[in-house]
Amino acid sequence: MKFKIVAFLMACTIVFTGCGSNAADKNEPAAVTTNDGKEAAATDDTWEPIVNSYRQFTIEQADTFIIETEKFVTAVKAGDVEKAKQLYAPTRMYYERIEPIADALGDLDPNIDARENDVEEKDWRGFHRIEQALWEKNSTAGMDDYADRLLEDVKLLRALMETVEVEPGLLVTGAVELLNEVSSSKVVGEEERYSHTDLYDFVANVEGASKIHELLKDKLNEKDAALNEQIAKGFADLEQALSAYKTGDGYVSYLELKEEDTKKLSRLIDALAEPLSQMGIILEA
Amino acid sequence: MTRPIDSGPDQGEDKETGMLKKSISRRDLLRLAGVGGAGLLFGGAGVGGLFSTKERTAAKNSASEAKTADKNNIISFYGSHQAGIVTPPQDFIVFAAFDLTTASLDEVRMLFKAWTAASASMTSGEMIGSSNNNVNMPPSDTGEAAGLTPSRTTITFGVGPSFFDSRFGLAGKRPEALTELPPFGGDELRSEWSGGDIGVQVNADDLQIAFHAIRNLARIARGKAVLRWTQEGFQRTSGSDPTGSTPRNLMGFKDGTGNPDVHNETEMKKVVWANASDGAGWMDRGSYMVVRRIRIRVEVWDRSTLGDQEATFGRHRDSGAPIGAAHEFDKLDLESKDDKGKPVIPMRSHVRLAHGDGSVKILRRSFSYSSGMDHKTGQLDAGLLFICFNRDSRKQFIPMQQRMGQSDLLNEYIVHTGSAVFACFPGVKEGGYIGETLF
Repeated sequence: MKFKIVAFLMACTIVFTGCGSNAADKNEPAAVTTNDGKEAAATDDTWEPIVNSYRQFTIEQADTFIIETEKFVTAVKAGDVEKAKQLYAPTRMYYERIEPIADALGDLDPNIDARENDVEEKDWRGFHRIEQALWEKNSTAGMDDYADRLLEDVKLLRALMETVEVEPGLLVTGAVELLNEVSSSKVVGEEERYSHTDLYDFVANVEGASKIHELLKDKLNEKDAALNEQIAKGFADLEQALSAYKTGDGYVSYLELKEEDTKKLSRLIDALAEPLSQMGIILEA
Repeated sequence: MTRPIDSGPDQGEDKETGMLKKSISRRDLLRLAGVGGAGLLFGGAGVGGLFSTKERTAAKNSASEAKTADKNNIISFYGSHQAGIVTPPQDFIVFAAFDLTTASLDEVRMLFKAWTAASASMTSGEMIGSSNNNVNMPPSDTGEAAGLTPSRTTITFGVGPSFFDSRFGLAGKRPEALTELPPFGGDELRSEWSGGDIGVQVNADDLQIAFHAIRNLARIARGKAVLRWTQEGFQRTSGSDPTGSTPRNLMGFKDGTGNPDVHNETEMKKVVWANASDGAGWMDRGSYMVVRRIRIRVEVWDRSTLGDQEATFGRHRDSGAPIGAAHEFDKLDLESKDDKGKPVIPMRSHVRLAHGDGSVKILRRSFSYSSGMDHKTGQLDAGLLFICFNRDSRKQFIPMQQRMGQSDLLNEYIVHTGSAVFACFPGVKEGGYIGETLF
């Protein structure tokens, strides 16, 4: 046991060392480009405030994510199952809003967010490992290590975010990716297998996409006002539908959704994501 | 090149009739040529005399309305009538019913304009839209039909009774002929295969091309309409039956269908095409479409004796001849009795009931379907995607199906699981859009 902890600490050190040199030496690997095509418009001055606003938003989310994860981890380590269950889903929302950034950071997303069988058993850690213990076993036994590592991974995420070069292309594809996340795992209840808190992730992904649209809407309006209007309507329709599933400060369990609820939400996602995927026209000169 | 009717040395010398003159296949003639009598859901009745010289000649000389393909296998999307109705059936179908999610008639209009443009491109074998080489955008065409020949693709649009509810203020324009079907004997209809605000029939000699069309139409509709149900269908291809003999349905029987002659314009006006004088001016030159998803109880059928199977259809399986006759196209003799005084062709056989008194006709355009299996029972989910066009279902399809639903021996082996009706718009000229007479 002792050896294990030492090894774990060493691994952490190595990760952090690696991270430091990585950030200092070369920015490129973490820089996010969506394609090698011309992005003439992307170089003009008008993008700077937009990109800065988005960077600020993601950093705020990541900062709060650390604070909330700390609370969650504390509850897990204290063996307070009820408290941990209560904090689990709301905490994850800070992550789900900025998932495109995390995705851009290689292994970090699986370390924080992998579901069972997404990775090899020996590598499986993060939120869903703890979720399984909380809901399946109603226990935090054996979760201390995972809790510690989760907090370290979340802090590492925040640190690495400094190295991400946010480009206009990331915003455009990121918004669609957030909705694709919803489409492929949240709307079918496959993200939160044990807690069934999928709707929290659903809402957070949509909020993350909505934030991007909010930042881009003026640009889009200049290029194609009708498209902008269609997207705005798509968000409004979806948000209205989601509000029906609010309860208290949170959202109902996925298990309470009937087949027709799932179908309705899925279709609203498709109705929004299709025009949203046309936002790339703002990258054209 | 897959079809005999589209190839040959004298092709092009006479675009309209040259193909027919030359090498119309037996199979196509079966479909095209009229024999009077009943239209059938299954099997063929009253096909005697089909290949009489007189009718062959008639078929050859009046090709003007039937939508035949040009030398590039293109069937024009534009025309007086929509393509895909009197067009000789292609090898495949992908049918889709849509429900509108928008409440704005303006958006419906925009949708049909966009669908018209996309359909004109797809039926010509061209890519949809102009943004197919821009790395910053999702391509406007999904690409799986790129480089393929047009393959006689047709796309046919209609609207269902629900389109005329209170949403769009068009209740007053609903044609009386566009009525919901009454319950029939043998119906076990399921909502997941029934109804729809809009019906779209895509036919092509290539399933990938047909799928591509429905997929792209659904994509274009996002935010305005959603898929309600879809069904793919097939029949044996011309490649596997170059002689063009009568196709068999999944019960193993020849499905010759006593269709009226699509080249006989007078007949088509009587049987298929709606007329302004029928009540709804916007449906002039349109047609009413009935879609029925008919599952065959395959396992039950397969363990019935050949004798029972033949008595059910009233025909011999191998030859397709009426019971007691030798050849497929021998006359259907409903009067003859066996030595015990029983009718040779059983009273409740499909062929006899379908024939009726011979006065009711529809233009049927069905395909077989296979949708994997029914996981509840572990049995095959396969059958017939029955489609017919008629001028007024109240006078044609409905009475016919009432007769069959009540007493057809075939009902022991089939069940109707899906149903929908649509008013298919008249055709449009280039520059116009589908549905313009209504919206």
